[in-house]
Amino acid sequence: MAEPMKIRALLKGDVADIRVLVAHPMETGQRRDAAGALVPMHFIQSMTVTHNGNTVYEGQWSQAVSRNPVFAVRVKGAKVGDKIVVNWTDTKNDKRTDEATVTAG
Amino acid sequence: MNNLRRTFIKFSGSASALAVIAAAGLLKTTQAAAAVWNKSGFESKAAAEAIKTLGASAAAESRDIIITAPDIAENGAVVPIEVVSRIPNTQSISIIAEKNPFPLAATMDFANGAEPYAYVRIKMGQTSNVRAIIKADGKFFMAVKEVKITVGGCG
Repeated sequence: MAEPMKIRALLKGDVADIRVLVAHPMETGQRRDAAGALVPMHFIQSMTVTHNGNTVYEGQWSQAVSRNPVFAVRVKGAKVGDKIVVNWTDTKNDKRTDEATVTAG
Repeated sequence: MNNLRRTFIKFSGSASALAVIAAAGLLKTTQAAAAVWNKSGFESKAAAEAIKTLGASAAAESRDIIITAPDIAENGAVVPIEVVSRIPNTQSISIIAEKNPFPLAATMDFANGAEPYAYVRIKMGQTSNVRAIIKADGKFFMAVKEVKITVGGCG
């Protein structure tokens, strides 16, 4: 099981600024290890963010997204205490779901 | 005869239950179709090809798309790209690093109050134009920004 994501959701006005840090190697398939063998591709393909159960963000990613991805989503009409759920699926079909609540910014 | 009737009812009952499950499954796939990983796009080796898979070949250049990225990025492994669209009804933002081995880096869809705002850090192999493709009301718009890379981040 992958490490938990770090999610921060701060309310600024009526917009929740959601920042997520994901622990993932995001291998491109072009890197070689110490022995000179290609490290196979392994990256997050899909990323979903929901706000109180409604999908607000659906990301389709490639291997070009940096290692340990950081991304941000802004949701209008949010309130303190709203529930944010983030989940990802990678090319090995590993999954991870984490949640956070919107706090005053 | 009664027995036969029972079996028939049972059978038809389970058959319709199956049909319901199948229909539910079908519904699920059609719903998810919007977010199916754009395999052909992500495997395209040329930017133009990737843009085609998005259906955005005729994208018009727009000043209402703001790309914020470093002019010179020392480390190509981590290039922060921020895209803000001021085009009404923006549905999705795609980021393309033209000279990457696989140019299409990410596509992000927005719904239910999400602002047309994307921030993600990408890898870039070399100095290249970064293109943002925006889909709004079924039409496509784009903007370009050059990012110079000191050390490539593909390896």
